[in-house]
Amino acid sequence: MNAPVRTVPDADAPAIELVGIDKSFGPVHANKDIHLTVRRGTIHGVIGENGAGKSTLMSILYGFYQADRGEIRVGGRPIVIKDSQAAIAAGIGMVHQHFMLVENFTVLENVMLGAEGGAFLKTGIAKARAELKRLETEYALDVDPDAVIETLPVGRQQRVEILKALYRGADILILDEPTGVLTPAEADHLFRILRVLRDQGKTVILITHKLREIMAITDAVSVMRRGEMVATRTTAETTVEELAELMVGRRVLLKVDKGPAKPGPVALSVRNLTVRDHRGVTMVDDVSFDVRAGEIVGIAGVAGNGQSELLEALAGIRKPASGDILIEGKSTLGADPAMLRRRGLAHVPEDRHHMGLVLKFEEYENSILGYHDDPRFVRGPFLDIEAIRADARDKIAKYDIRPPNPRLKTANFSGGNQQKIVLAREIERDPTVLIIGQPTRGVDIGAIEFIHRRIVEMRDAGKAILLVSVELDEIRALADRVIVMFAGRVVGEKTPEASEQTLGLMMAGIGP
Amino acid sequence: MDLFTTAVLVLDSTIRLTIPLLFAALAGLYSERAGVFDIGLEGKMLAGAFAAGSIAIVTGSPWLALAGSILIAVLLSLVHGFASITAKGNQIVSGVAINFVAAGLTVLLGQNWFSQGGRTPQLPNTARFNPIELPGAAAARDVPVVGYLYAELISGHSILTYLAFIAVPFSWWALYRTRFGLRLRAVGENPAAVDTAGISVSWLRYRAVICAGIFCGLSGAYLAIAQSAGFIKDMTAGKGYIALAALIFAKWKPVPVMFACLLFGFLDAVAIRLQGTPVPLVGEVPVQIFQALPYILTCILLAGFIGTAIPPKAGGVPYTKER
Repeated sequence: MNAPVRTVPDADAPAIELVGIDKSFGPVHANKDIHLTVRRGTIHGVIGENGAGKSTLMSILYGFYQADRGEIRVGGRPIVIKDSQAAIAAGIGMVHQHFMLVENFTVLENVMLGAEGGAFLKTGIAKARAELKRLETEYALDVDPDAVIETLPVGRQQRVEILKALYRGADILILDEPTGVLTPAEADHLFRILRVLRDQGKTVILITHKLREIMAITDAVSVMRRGEMVATRTTAETTVEELAELMVGRRVLLKVDKGPAKPGPVALSVRNLTVRDHRGVTMVDDVSFDVRAGEIVGIAGVAGNGQSELLEALAGIRKPASGDILIEGKSTLGADPAMLRRRGLAHVPEDRHHMGLVLKFEEYENSILGYHDDPRFVRGPFLDIEAIRADARDKIAKYDIRPPNPRLKTANFSGGNQQKIVLAREIERDPTVLIIGQPTRGVDIGAIEFIHRRIVEMRDAGKAILLVSVELDEIRALADRVIVMFAGRVVGEKTPEASEQTLGLMMAGIGP
Repeated sequence: MDLFTTAVLVLDSTIRLTIPLLFAALAGLYSERAGVFDIGLEGKMLAGAFAAGSIAIVTGSPWLALAGSILIAVLLSLVHGFASITAKGNQIVSGVAINFVAAGLTVLLGQNWFSQGGRTPQLPNTARFNPIELPGAAAARDVPVVGYLYAELISGHSILTYLAFIAVPFSWWALYRTRFGLRLRAVGENPAAVDTAGISVSWLRYRAVICAGIFCGLSGAYLAIAQSAGFIKDMTAGKGYIALAALIFAKWKPVPVMFACLLFGFLDAVAIRLQGTPVPLVGEVPVQIFQALPYILTCILLAGFIGTAIPPKAGGVPYTKER
């Protein structure tokens, strides 16, 4: 590719200025008259709930979309970013939430892609190798250039993304929800890298919904809500509470309010459970634990360490290779999901789009999914549509599902409201055992508060609750006991008061 | 005839039967490594063969015929490209449609133009690609084994045959040693990575299907004006599908593609050789058994003897920008 033409930026001008950016997708007004100034050599956070318009704004900056109105200035000069190529030429690099890497290519090939330096690879490879070496030492980015991407842990894959941007000469680096897939230790490492980048004069824009990260690493923070930029603060002069209020537009209770648990008899018992995945790889390896009535047991761990398979086995979706699962002392082996439901098990699956809902169905249809043979909902061989809709309206009112319309297609609800539909369906059955996977993944902060409160209410009503989440904060806030899984095994049990560092090390397989 | 001569004859016909497969499989390689599945290889070969046969009989020039064959196959590739890249349609449906159109239109036009039941008239040798005698072949013939092999096996093929074997290392080089190849392989695995690197996914995929068209044209021309002396109705006879099987068998890699095609060519050659010959202990075996042999083997090989063949990850999926 041609070498990017770089204008010498005015040293005092802000790295980026957005002036009156406006963007609509059909009837959806994603960005309304956005003004944003990012100073050179700072880490600038952009926070907001899902759908607040953060990603759209950054996509405009990276040339994925064109703004309907408004101006982008880089280093004080107005520029037009018509595609990613133009953004790269302007010195803007982006680390996407889902990595833009070719998995069976080496690090070197990925870094070179799009900046090969000539029609034949030979000369480019030597140059790229030397340049990578320089970047790696300068920014403490330790990555083997000949490693194949799919063999690298996610933390390193992310470093490759950063290297890609730097290799293209990025001065401004945008990171979109960079810590979602990282262990706490990997996230700390990322933050160290970002600080080095800032100290070397680069500008970093960090998009996230995690307030703690904003407080830990940014110099300034801008808050978006419903497509508008509602405030910009200097991080040192604001608080988590203020930011949360700005994000949601009202006061939010960040801490889960709960009294001590009053555990009763054992309701769910897992004995020496081993589960293999479809490839025959052992994903859950000889796992045993109990969950008592009236307590919440949290399973912490980095995604992919066997939690998903454990959940599937408990829900009767995946047959265990060996071991046993007992509900109230009786084995559930051989029971299918419907039989398990009748025995008092409710399951909120990890991936609501894939397993919890049929997105093309109307809300009321989803509100009884799996319970359609309940005598309340049938009349002879037919569904009693009126009864179902009445029941759906009740749940909508009780769970504050918005918009309150049982005839709306489920895909048109926001993530938080979709999750409430699933929760309402499972909780309102009054189960003995409730297993919940990732209760607040992709859910807005306002809805998180509601969902957490519901889960604690269930506990206080004497239900046994097993909570699986990759959000360590969530586990620590909700659980009465924390079990840590690594590589399919239970590596230890802690109280939720255990420090984040202790749990983080256990999640990485080091410790307890 | 002694065993050695028979073996050489079988190998010689192996080469002849391999070439159309090899060109077609390489065509599929370019397209599929870029993420565009191409079940329409068969149709493009057939249309190319028909174009070559028709142009050769009208102009008498094999080179014009070859150019025409490539042109038609590239045009059909662009149709497939438009359907699957620009219109984001289903690539299998588009490929099957091309096969149907080619099968029907070649016969219809052939009958209309030449009135010989869908074939093109028998070509004179001047309008074909004829065998080339490599230097020293005649002299080497009398040298036992090595010279004989050189004269019989290596020498005496048409220019297209040599081109096909040159195309294999060329394709390897193009895929693994050039910028185009790097990007082509990347777009078949993760088009979003290519897009965010500032490269046009569509243009890259269009270039890949054009490459596929060129190779299909070569394959078709070989069938009509090198191997045979004219176009015959349905002369591809499923070779496009066998080429796809070879491509999967070879796990979408250029050099293994050549060996897979040679294997299928060899099976075909053996089947022809054994027709009407009594098999020891069994006796005369119906011809159909031998004809079915390569296909049965294809099934067996694909069903389990090659391990898992992992196709390019983005294969068959039109690229749409996220969000």
